[in-house]
Amino acid sequence: MIANLFLLAGSLFVLVAALGVLRLPDLLMRMHAATKAGTLGAGLLLVAVAVSAPETSVMARAVATFVFLLLTAPIAAHLIAHAAYYTGAATLWDRTSVDELAEDMDQWPSWGPEASTE
Amino acid sequence: MPLIPIIALCVLTVAMALLVVRLVRGPTLADRVVALDVLAAVAIGFIATYVVGTGATALLDAALVLALVAFVATVAFARYVEHQDSPEEMVS
Repeated sequence: MIANLFLLAGSLFVLVAALGVLRLPDLLMRMHAATKAGTLGAGLLLVAVAVSAPETSVMARAVATFVFLLLTAPIAAHLIAHAAYYTGAATLWDRTSVDELAEDMDQWPSWGPEASTE
Repeated sequence: MPLIPIIALCVLTVAMALLVVRLVRGPTLADRVVALDVLAAVAIGFIATYVVGTGATALLDAALVLALVAFVATVAFARYVEHQDSPEEMVS
């Protein structure tokens, strides 16, 4: 059945997200795995509910949860990444070669947490 | 419960275990917040899989509430991480 297909795909995506969060070397890379694969995995599992739902109300709730996840995951990820980067908690991997935001911060020192304290 | 949802639940349990390892290990607060965020998403997926397996559709409300609470918690944590050094700003 098609719901089973969604179940297997979703759980595999969630597993990949968890592996990424565990194994990737720095915070921003972990968030890259967590936000995209994690949301897609949970979303596919909710789609499985929607596909196999006996009534419209059940399907509507599953779809509503899915849409809410899709709307909030980027906002939450952006907030964490912003906070971690500007407080210096996100130490980048030592083999990172491009950090354009750091160059911009040198150019316009009004960015970052110093600007928001005034 | 049919076989396929049980397999999916087992895979999700493994994913939860891996995330708990990252949650304990850290090393910074932001890493733990990310792990908690994904744990909430996995819990939502867990509930969805259980609903498909058993037909207990009332549990979907719990999944929706979990999504709401997880989002608010992540936003609050992000604010806390950002203003850790200046607590008087967090009120404003």
